[in-house]
Amino acid sequence: MRNFVIKRILISIVILLFVTLIIYVLIRCLPASYVDNMAMQLSTAPGAKSYEEWRAQLNAVYGLDKPMLLGWLNWLKEFCTGNLGDSWKYTVPVIEKFKDTIGVSFIMGLISLILELLIAVPLGIVAATKQYSRLDYGISAAALVGISLPTFFFASLLKLFFSVHLGWFDTHGLVGRNFTQLDAWGQFLDMAHHLVLPIATLVIISVGSLMRYTRTNMLEVLNADYIRTARAKGLSERRVIYHHAFRNTLIPLVTIVGASLPGLFSGALITETLFAIPGIGYTSYQAMISGDIPFTMFYMTFLAILTLAGNLLSDILYAVVDPRVRLS
Amino acid sequence: MSEEKKLPAEGGEEYSLNDDRRVRVLSPGRLVLQRFLRNRLAIVGMVMLIVMFVFSFIGGLLIPYGQAEQFYTYTYMNKEYVGVTRNDSLRFLAAEGREFGSLPQAQFILATETGKTEFSYKEADYRLADEGNDFYSIYSGGDLVAMAFKDIVYTSDGMPELGFAVKHAALKALASGESAFSAPDAGTYTLDGDHNILKDGVEVGYISRFVVQSKENGVVITRDFKERLEDALDAGETVFAYTAPDAPEGETNEYSITYDAGAQVWSVNQATKTYVYDMYGRPSAAHPLGTDGTGMDMLTRLMYGGRVSLVIGFIVVIIEVVLGVVMGGISGYFGGWVDNLIMRIVDIFYCIPSTPILIILGAAMDSLQVDPQIRMLYLMLLLGFLGWPSVARMVRGQILSLREQEFMTATEATGLRVPRRIFKHLVPNVIPQLIVISTMGLGSVILTEATLSFLGLGVKFPFASWGNIISDVNNSFVMTNYWFIWIPAGICLLITVLGFNFVGDGLRDAFDPKMKR
Repeated sequence: MRNFVIKRILISIVILLFVTLIIYVLIRCLPASYVDNMAMQLSTAPGAKSYEEWRAQLNAVYGLDKPMLLGWLNWLKEFCTGNLGDSWKYTVPVIEKFKDTIGVSFIMGLISLILELLIAVPLGIVAATKQYSRLDYGISAAALVGISLPTFFFASLLKLFFSVHLGWFDTHGLVGRNFTQLDAWGQFLDMAHHLVLPIATLVIISVGSLMRYTRTNMLEVLNADYIRTARAKGLSERRVIYHHAFRNTLIPLVTIVGASLPGLFSGALITETLFAIPGIGYTSYQAMISGDIPFTMFYMTFLAILTLAGNLLSDILYAVVDPRVRLS
Repeated sequence: MSEEKKLPAEGGEEYSLNDDRRVRVLSPGRLVLQRFLRNRLAIVGMVMLIVMFVFSFIGGLLIPYGQAEQFYTYTYMNKEYVGVTRNDSLRFLAAEGREFGSLPQAQFILATETGKTEFSYKEADYRLADEGNDFYSIYSGGDLVAMAFKDIVYTSDGMPELGFAVKHAALKALASGESAFSAPDAGTYTLDGDHNILKDGVEVGYISRFVVQSKENGVVITRDFKERLEDALDAGETVFAYTAPDAPEGETNEYSITYDAGAQVWSVNQATKTYVYDMYGRPSAAHPLGTDGTGMDMLTRLMYGGRVSLVIGFIVVIIEVVLGVVMGGISGYFGGWVDNLIMRIVDIFYCIPSTPILIILGAAMDSLQVDPQIRMLYLMLLLGFLGWPSVARMVRGQILSLREQEFMTATEATGLRVPRRIFKHLVPNVIPQLIVISTMGLGSVILTEATLSFLGLGVKFPFASWGNIISDVNNSFVMTNYWFIWIPAGICLLITVLGFNFVGDGLRDAFDPKMKR
């Protein structure tokens, strides 16, 4: 087990190195729109240097004049020493912006994960126990509709009905207009109120796959021999399903939930952007389209680390939950 | 489950146990088809897909409009035609060769307000004569130097400008209610009831308290128009119809009159017909779903958008499957270091966050101003290139278990070449899973493309795609007022993706031999 984890971590580091190299090269190959725009802006000031001169100077300042491989090594050195650089767009250290924005993303992700589990697991089990019934068809169809819904379209529909027609929520933002005048409890409620629609979007879009996963696993368990044995013993159907079958369904569920824990930090790029929630996803979307290399590099590396961590966690959890599995 | 017993057969004829007709034997393919057809959701999904394909590919052929054809419409815009003010302040006019500047004017007003008849400015002494009706003559040393008035004397269209003496005489006549007057060196004039000034029966000028200013360049306001307008204003009307005397029969222009009490100005507005793009036109017979912000028919855009979305989906999935099968097949068959290498590449691809990459590349293509058509090509290549690892992983997993089976030993024993062994004997066994994975993949590729287009980073104008049609919703005015712009596109997208998912799900169940149906 320990050897397995160490080996996996070492492989992950190698993979991460390649991933960062690819991302770095990709970003550097693109026209550095941020520097270009800034040079353009600076050169229009009265008595300023020409555009070319500014550009050369800015490229030197931001370290874009070095060869790519050297630049990557430099970035890697800084990254390993914990220096993530300064964000160009936000003009603060990347880590500071990250700390400001990660909280709301994490809370949004956590609440929606809990809600998803509360909805998906019972429904998945009901659908599996009553396979091919009308209820099963209904639940499966609803799950597939959730998977097929485009996030942006669903979010717009929610906004149209709940914000525009009913006027219950604001269409954008995390805080209301009078946020600063509220007391601490009022501020909390205001933020919670603004998070209702984004969380509803996230839950409905992603609840479907978890529901189907539960159903598939439950079906597999229900077809197993030990369930037949339990029934043959004359146990009640309740006991068969909730004692014998459900516990075994939990194995893959715990694995997949564990694997999705790192993902809570990655933010919901599209949803946050649509609702203008200043989380990590929205912030990095803004950074990406304005060509902010340090922030983008950091965010992409962060996402890659989260993915690797999720994979590793899922393997480990699988061995922990199911004693039959041995990692080697 | 595959057998359907037909006992006893019609006609009472008994089949013997070894009769072929006793059992109906179905091939595996037929079995799969039968299981698929029994799945109600899959059939619903199939119908949805057929509808969307017909809508996109055949509908685009049938509809008479082009993808980027713009429509125009006439709208009435209220333009201010003339502004009318009532002259309520004194105006001054100095006699020819004399001066009466603003300082003596001020002295004059001071004098009138205090009731004096004389005032002086610098060395000059002035005497004013109140002629009545807000009309004053100003004398200096016995000479008439200027006059102050509220009623204004206008020269008729096409007539020589009236001199100071004539104007003075006319105003004096108006004030005293005379109908004829004479001016020095200009002969005699008559003043009729409509305040027209006539000389020898010809109208040369008129007196009016209204100032009418044209608000449009190059438009001369005729006397006739002014008179009618003044009548309408006096009557307090808000609508004014005017037929020009020389206009063809029945050509009447309508004007609406608004009064601004603060500025004391009447605005006379004319509704002018303007030829514009039919922006956000409501659904009508010609355009069942209205028109979008650039005046294009929404239904046509939806059809062409469907083509783009579906074609992109298919091409991307083909790229994914080809790359995935080749890489996965090689990896699974050879094993060893080749497998290790390819799987590490797959791991790296899994690790690259694809949405951010697509956003960055989209933004870069924006700044490079890539041609929309070439951009679409890049988009397909990119999506395909980022999507193959999952296919490769699946293919490898299947082949790893298949290659240990006896039929593979047989192919080796018969001396078949390696490519033939992989692609002729191993890959066909993976095809069921491939079909399932690519059907589901089609749905998710279409969603990804729509999301990118929605963000403005995928398919670009003038090409339509469901995603970029919906992106109009970012304009909150469109979101709240023009449902027909974005809701139909979203529904099309939902139906298509749902159709692929239903069918994919049905296929997976149908291909699964463990399923008991």
